[in-house]
Amino acid sequence: MTFVAKPKVHHPLLPVSDLGLTRRDYEGSVSTLCAGCGHDSVSAAIVRACAELSIPPHRFAKVSGIGCSSKTPSYFLSKSHGFNSVHGRMPSVATGANMANRDLFCVGVSGDGDSASIGLGQFAHVVRRRINMVYIVDNNGIYGLTKGQFSATNDKGSTNKKGVPNLHEPIDLVSMALQIGASFVARSFSGDKRQLVPLIKAALMHRGVSFLDVISPCVAFNNHNGSTKSYEYVRGHGGSVVNAEFFARHEEITADYAPGTREDVRMPDGSTLQLYKLDDDYDVHDRVGALNYMQRRAQEGDVVTGLLYVDPNTFDCHEVLGTVDTPLNELNETDLCPGSAALAELNESFR
Amino acid sequence: MTMYNDFVIRFANVNGSGSASANGMFAKALYRMGIPVATRNIFPSNIQGLPTWFEVRVSEKGYLGRREGVDIMVAMNAETLADDVASIKPGGYLFYDSSKQLTWALRRDDITEIGMPISTLLLPEFADPKQRGLFKNIVYLGALSALLNIEFEVITGMVSTQYKGKDDLIAPNIHALEIGRRYALDYLDAPLPIQVRRSDGVGDRIMVDGNTAAALGSLYGGATVCAWYPITPSTSVAEAFEKYANQLRKDESGRRKFAVVQSEDELSAIGIVIGAAWNGARSFTVTSGPGVSLMSEFLGLAYFAEIPMVLWDIQRAGPSTGMPTRTQQGDLLSCAYASHGDTKHPLLFPSTPRECFDFGAQSLDLADRLQTPIIILSDLELGMNDSLCDPFAWDTKQRYDRGKVLNAEQLEEAGQFGRYLDVDGDGIGYRTYPGTHPEKGAFFTRGTSRDEFAAYTESPDAYQRNMERLVYKWETAAKIVPQAVVHDAGEAAGILYYGTSAAPMTETLDMLAEDGISLDRIRVRAFPFGEEVMTFLERHEIVFVVDQNRDSQMRTLLVNELELDPAALIPGRYYAGLSISADTIYSQVKAYFEVTRRPRIKRA
Ligand SMILES: Cc1ncc(C[n+]2csc(CCOP(=O)(O)OP(=O)(O)O)c2C)c(N)n1
Ligand code: SF4
Ligand SMILES: [Mg+2]
Repeated sequence: MTFVAKPKVHHPLLPVSDLGLTRRDYEGSVSTLCAGCGHDSVSAAIVRACAELSIPPHRFAKVSGIGCSSKTPSYFLSKSHGFNSVHGRMPSVATGANMANRDLFCVGVSGDGDSASIGLGQFAHVVRRRINMVYIVDNNGIYGLTKGQFSATNDKGSTNKKGVPNLHEPIDLVSMALQIGASFVARSFSGDKRQLVPLIKAALMHRGVSFLDVISPCVAFNNHNGSTKSYEYVRGHGGSVVNAEFFARHEEITADYAPGTREDVRMPDGSTLQLYKLDDDYDVHDRVGALNYMQRRAQEGDVVTGLLYVDPNTFDCHEVLGTVDTPLNELNETDLCPGSAALAELNESFR
Repeated sequence: MTMYNDFVIRFANVNGSGSASANGMFAKALYRMGIPVATRNIFPSNIQGLPTWFEVRVSEKGYLGRREGVDIMVAMNAETLADDVASIKPGGYLFYDSSKQLTWALRRDDITEIGMPISTLLLPEFADPKQRGLFKNIVYLGALSALLNIEFEVITGMVSTQYKGKDDLIAPNIHALEIGRRYALDYLDAPLPIQVRRSDGVGDRIMVDGNTAAALGSLYGGATVCAWYPITPSTSVAEAFEKYANQLRKDESGRRKFAVVQSEDELSAIGIVIGAAWNGARSFTVTSGPGVSLMSEFLGLAYFAEIPMVLWDIQRAGPSTGMPTRTQQGDLLSCAYASHGDTKHPLLFPSTPRECFDFGAQSLDLADRLQTPIIILSDLELGMNDSLCDPFAWDTKQRYDRGKVLNAEQLEEAGQFGRYLDVDGDGIGYRTYPGTHPEKGAFFTRGTSRDEFAAYTESPDAYQRNMERLVYKWETAAKIVPQAVVHDAGEAAGILYYGTSAAPMTETLDMLAEDGISLDRIRVRAFPFGEEVMTFLERHEIVFVVDQNRDSQMRTLLVNELELDPAALIPGRYYAGLSISADTIYSQVKAYFEVTRRPRIKRA
């Protein structure tokens, strides 16, 4: 376990953000996950993305279910409130949190067991409800916290530590998210910070559910030969189809990233998402095409990563419901109570 | 001899035949004549085609519980005719559509038949058979107005208001009413010896169902997030909340100051409510027994993580799907101790729509003050039937009690912040809403054990300290939940009841008094039990405990929580799915005293 406590002093060389804060201000408590666990890299990427966006570090609502992955909200953004709820039900808690205060950045972290097994229903429904949140699945193909049983995202034929293969079909959360209408869908790899950080930034700025399926190897139970969720396998079979660079509103847009056809996408808040297509056949705005492409490549044993689908001009659940701009948790008696005159009229209607 | 304002009339109809509106008008007409009435829908779990009954108890004395036996049967369903005829009390009346002859086998010589050829009368009037079907109901309403001497203008006035805006419907409806009334006056012995007359028995009271009242209470109490999954008999709470919020809770531009989320199941509904409450919004969910079962894991989380939330359980007959459209008080134990581990939840037991309204608002205050789920146990009888109650009242000076919440300035001033520190000695810590302060007050909420500063720990001491603090909090709860209503005249025996068993209680006690049995009474309104409950139980030699469930769940709760001698608590039970009647309670108490006479004697 990584018990090395990080001192909370500011290093003079750490970059200071617009808010006068450094990355340290976005960190959380010391992780108790296994050394080398992919989930810690995802947390680090979240810290970096939030710091680089200069979002006030107390303006997040962190929610999770149960699992090693669901413990991680403790390990980033300690100035924000977090809620480690029950197994598979993070999406409902996130929905409520977002209903109560639409101004907070809602970040939900879940596992593949949490989201694809016990919580598959809640996953599907939060996507179709369009809750404005970042939904990250730390996908290691197994139940880490209960010691390595196969989860529903484990590939058929992939083996456990003892060499026993998984006999059942996998559930692909990315395909499901696309099908149900998610407006921002990405797959990434905990070992690829270069790819992951800009994706998280874009996800935070996107309105509606931004779904990120992050392959995040479990070094304790699923990082061996024969597993399709090991570091080695993903490095060997993973390939980005669309790379993304994110530029906040105030940042100067530069173009020095990898090859590919470039497309600039304007996000609702004025930031820019710079996309580099690595496969000319791929269209990041074509939901059906994305689904086909993903399925074809998956059959070939490839792990396609990158930004897979985005519709920047979308809306969220609050717009669907027509709620007021003021967060509901800030409304008081004057806003909420119809008063005694209205009650007298109501009484009259019951006579 | 003519009898006024004291009878039970039952309408036997087919579900989906449009009878509800005519029957509702019947009850409302009597109410508007100032006569106390109580209505009861006995309906199947079906949308169209199965039998349904609507019963109206008319009582000048104001006895509004269900009474056994039917005085007047309006038999409009051929399928149930045999049973319907059989249920009429000797000396009662059978009103039926004589377009088809009554079979000899059904005839009884101890009742009066009132045949009216409704279908035949309607044949020349309305060409469309569907219309004829609907107007059938209006025709019998017209006939009843003559038979029972209901003021005709009251009914016609109601038709006019009901179809306001759809004016072309008013004339044919009034015409149908007149067909019925005319026939009754011309060919039948109208009015009957059982009839109504204007009274002042209603007073100021309104006529409304408990679910509407619950919705309005929640609205007035400042609930902003309602998440729910449809289940009879709770559905109409959420639907009424949305309806009234749309009328009363929009800003100038039509934007909503509330959010109603119809979720994918009850797990999600309660998860949404917990998430919203954690983030500082007053929130509630509504369900029935099966939903409570699904919500159990989350209820334990909310208890341990100390999340204020409100859950309405409109009880129906269980276990399992049981009788989905029949009433019961079967969820006391499953709610009181819902979830794994040592959990306990405050329960409220409303008896009237007015109390549903009051508890709707008060429960939100209690939840915030106690930082725990508050469960309100209503039932189908109260939730879905119109009954009389005092008008809703709201004191404009009233402020919401949001409990112990620190804002940014208070956090600045406060030295140290520990979410689970018992600063005030009442077992309740201070909380903060997410996003309040850049540096202070953030904490991590979890279902796993933590110390006073919300840091994860598996320390045995810290775990136990926390669990013990929750016991202090429970003791605080016992002091602030609604107190029982006690009437203690020094008798040796008492009767304890809650919720809808209150409706027949006055009548029950009057019946017993006529037999020389006097009982003190206590209506329990909340769990944990306040001191007044203990005092009452200790002071009486025996106390009957009235439950609408098989296993005497309230009695179990009393014995378990107050460590009382079970022998002193005599179970009174009814759980067959209809509303509990005075006759039922009366006969059980009587039966007890037939065996043991001891505490019957009045104390000196
Ligand atoms: C209702 C319920 N059932 C079972 C468990 C036990 N449990 C804890 S974590 C877990 C699986 C977690 O797997 P995953 O979501 O993939 O997270 P990981 O640990 O792999 O990151 C299970 C089954 C539980 N906490 N609650
Ligand atoms: S068991 Fe696996 S998932 Fe859990 S912390 Fe260790 S490496 Fe990570
Ligand atoms: Mg996992």
